[in-house]
Amino acid sequence: MIPNNFEYIRANSVQEALQLLSQKGDGARLLAGGHSLIPAMKLRLNAPETVIDISGIQELASIRRDGDRLHIGALVTHRTVETSDEVKSSCPVLSEAAALIGDPLVRNRGTIGGSLAHCDPAADYPALTLCLGAEIEATGPSGSRTIAADDFFVGMFETALQSGEMITRVTFPVLGKGTGAAYEKFSHPASRFAVVGVAAMVTLDGGGNCNSVRVAITGAGPSVFRATKVEQALTG
Amino acid sequence: MANYIGSSLKRKEDRRFITGKGTYTDDIVLPNMTYAYIVRSPHAHARIKAIHTDKALAHPGVVAVFTGKDLQDDGVNPLPTGWQITDSMIEPPHPVVAVDRVRYVGDPVAVVVAESRAAAKDAAELVEVDYEVLPAVVDATKAIEDGAPLVHDEAPNNLSFTWELGDKAATDEALSKAAHITRLEIINQRLIPNAMEPRSAIGDYHPARDELTLYTSSQNPHLIRLLMCAFVLGIPEHKVRVISPDVGGGFGSKIFHYPEEVIVSWSSRKLGRPVKWTAERSESFLTDAHGRDHYTVAEMGMDEDGTILALRVNTIANLGAYLSTFAGGIPTWLYGTLLAGQYKYPHIYVQTKGVFTHTTPVDAYRGAGRPEATFVLERLMDTAARELGMDPAEFRRKNFIPADAFPYETPVVLTYDSGNYEGSLEKAMQLIDYKKWREEQAKARNQGRLIGIGISCYIEACGIAPSKVAGAIGVRAGLYEGASIRVHPTGQVTVYTGAHSHGQGHETTFAQIVADGLGISPDNVEVVHGDTAQIPFGMGTYGSRSLAVGGSAIWRAVEKIREKAKKIAAHKLEASEDDIVFEDGKWVVKGTDRALTLGEIALTAYVPHDYPEGLEPGLEENSFYDPSNFTFPFGTHISVVEIDPETGKVQILRYVAVDDVGNVINPMIVEGQVHGGLAQGIGQALWEGAVYDENGQLLTGSMMDYAIPKADDLPHFEVDRTVTPCPHNPLGVKGAGETGTIASTACIANAVVDAVSHLGIKDIPMPLTPERVWRAIHGK
Repeated sequence: MIPNNFEYIRANSVQEALQLLSQKGDGARLLAGGHSLIPAMKLRLNAPETVIDISGIQELASIRRDGDRLHIGALVTHRTVETSDEVKSSCPVLSEAAALIGDPLVRNRGTIGGSLAHCDPAADYPALTLCLGAEIEATGPSGSRTIAADDFFVGMFETALQSGEMITRVTFPVLGKGTGAAYEKFSHPASRFAVVGVAAMVTLDGGGNCNSVRVAITGAGPSVFRATKVEQALTG
Repeated sequence: MANYIGSSLKRKEDRRFITGKGTYTDDIVLPNMTYAYIVRSPHAHARIKAIHTDKALAHPGVVAVFTGKDLQDDGVNPLPTGWQITDSMIEPPHPVVAVDRVRYVGDPVAVVVAESRAAAKDAAELVEVDYEVLPAVVDATKAIEDGAPLVHDEAPNNLSFTWELGDKAATDEALSKAAHITRLEIINQRLIPNAMEPRSAIGDYHPARDELTLYTSSQNPHLIRLLMCAFVLGIPEHKVRVISPDVGGGFGSKIFHYPEEVIVSWSSRKLGRPVKWTAERSESFLTDAHGRDHYTVAEMGMDEDGTILALRVNTIANLGAYLSTFAGGIPTWLYGTLLAGQYKYPHIYVQTKGVFTHTTPVDAYRGAGRPEATFVLERLMDTAARELGMDPAEFRRKNFIPADAFPYETPVVLTYDSGNYEGSLEKAMQLIDYKKWREEQAKARNQGRLIGIGISCYIEACGIAPSKVAGAIGVRAGLYEGASIRVHPTGQVTVYTGAHSHGQGHETTFAQIVADGLGISPDNVEVVHGDTAQIPFGMGTYGSRSLAVGGSAIWRAVEKIREKAKKIAAHKLEASEDDIVFEDGKWVVKGTDRALTLGEIALTAYVPHDYPEGLEPGLEENSFYDPSNFTFPFGTHISVVEIDPETGKVQILRYVAVDDVGNVINPMIVEGQVHGGLAQGIGQALWEGAVYDENGQLLTGSMMDYAIPKADDLPHFEVDRTVTPCPHNPLGVKGAGETGTIASTACIANAVVDAVSHLGIKDIPMPLTPERVWRAIHGK
């Protein structure tokens, strides 16, 4: 379990990380929690020339509510999402889902930004992000842009992130009155990844009818996807 | 004087293990050490056309690159197998490093030795091997068909042996007259052992002394030394020392003599420097001998009232690409002889075909043949009871060997020493409240819920084996055990045992025996194991033999010490030897308060100023104990499961294990072993299974794919015991290391099938994954 040779650099700010990314080019990879990248490197399935460790960037590690938006920094760990009072009250399904990711070791190291950028076809966060209609903030040399979850997940291990960009923040809606969301997951007994995971968000009107439904499925395709026919069938 | 036997002493070895201070093979760093990395075949079957090593040799830090031809040209022989199953068994050579053909993914092809692990691995990627890929066969039932690709040219139809036991004609006749026959087709799937510590070996050759030390993560260092010196390298045993230091689990997979042990030893002799190899986890998956992998058709015949008349079993056993050290014995002698189980019936016939395939070699894995036998028999018992309309507990009770029938000779060679099968079934049924669960099950069915109750009554043959019997059944070794006890002048004791501890807690259990035997504290007993230079000889640890055979050897040595101590005590206390008794841990003049402790006697033995005439000074004794029979633990496990009809997911609601392992030295250690065994057995029932694709690529080659149970997958275990001592060894002990694995797989499978049997389901193949259970329920 010895990776190929690589250069290790620690970045202390987003600015520094972006500079290093542009300087080192395509041979560079960002290291956050390390629970996807490091195993792949040990198996020599991934052999970056440079690993830029961003795990110490404090500005990306906070959770903040701003009105009806919940901002989660890219380096917030699954464990923090699982236990955060702010998340539990603003968007409880996120806490519930985070508790189902991997095992305690993974949850204490893994980050939301890392999970989304890696875009594993059986990961949990993509389903939540897509279902809840979250927005992903990507920061690159020319500043930040916002990518809607519907546009973010492109394919297996493939996202809308451009070369030189990194995820800095994920913004979720605060679930208001009449809106409920849930995540159900059938775990693989070995990896605890989703054999299939389904996230659903339903908003009811005063009369008890579905105003809107969003359903996202992970594990059952090359990438997370929305079950649009199910959504249509349930709406109304 | 404390009675240490029977008390749950905390394990002496745990201080170093839980503080991370154990010394495993990979922890050992020797001066001037080099590191080996092994280039392995990526193909299940291919011809090696050429191997180009120039680029690897030129890589910085590389010391040498060896191929199979280098070893062959230097006179390195193939790896031997240690168990001859039939006179005509086909035993193709097993080269240490492949020469012209590779036969499974992971077969060693070349060895890179370098100054660092990283350099060796980087350079290994530069070794270019030209392969001509050949068709492969991975399924043993397909491998014996005409026209299947041949693993070895000398084995037509890939058959190594056809072995049989029992009276075929009588069995056939009894079955033809049976009122009812229950038939099952059983796949006992292949398992990957996955000991926590990956295998590791260091060869350390000292040119000036012409001595080799091999450190290896083995369960039996003496056996490795014997096999490697006498058969593979042809070097004298007295110039070779094998040390198995702390070993992190084995489960059988570390019994065998592996290529890497030879590779590091031979390379070190070539280079005059220590050579270390440690498996990566991926290599453990590919190259540690696998377990199980049987396809079986079993038929049991009963008369009208449910009395069993006969059992006929035909098994095709996958041996993998080569015959591993004990490969042949596992699906034959350690399997067929156990098919009587706990039941009294006159006729058994079993036939096993041992078949080569292009897969990792298969050998003993915790339970080794006995879980496979128990699975066949106990699945049949449940199925037959259902078909006869009888309660499965009642059907078993009706056919039990009665408690007054021991010693009991089965139709398949063995003579059971002692047992009380009714007793353990009764206790398990009470503990779980069997009647209540049958009522719950009926209620649940009315509500559309699926609850199942599974019973497994098992027998195990352990304490392997009387050497005479071993010889008669083709084992190419004796199976006694050695022990040596050295009492130091101040009364502390060092015990040298040929058994090897790789998690079993010998350093505690053996110390408890010696402490009681010599009247000292276990703190004053040091148990040394795993070093051929310190221990006279040993056969090692497997088949739950350490306490029954190794412990008995220690006890015999204790008795010899006591005999000599008695002579010294009689002299010192000016009494007749006949008047000296060992009481409360002291040598006492009968009926008086005059007594000596071990310390006082030892000091006299080593400073013999006032000493019995003609008696040798010193206090040290050796013993070799050869058991007169196997010993037969038994018990009953009962589980209750609930299945989610929508997902097919199995949840274990209760698990009760009642085991009888004879006398118990340390109940906590026994319970721990039962827990571990249950985890592995339940793992096979519900989650584990090696999967190869048709080209022989292992699809379950990592912890991400191969599902080993995690703590939160498992229920609370309710563990209890009955005690029926072994009548033929001095401690009355049986063996506890494998009972959990042997009983639990069938127990859970029976419960799952019981939960869905009313839907017309007779069997579901393991592992009982949600998908398989769901498909069975929904007929898809």
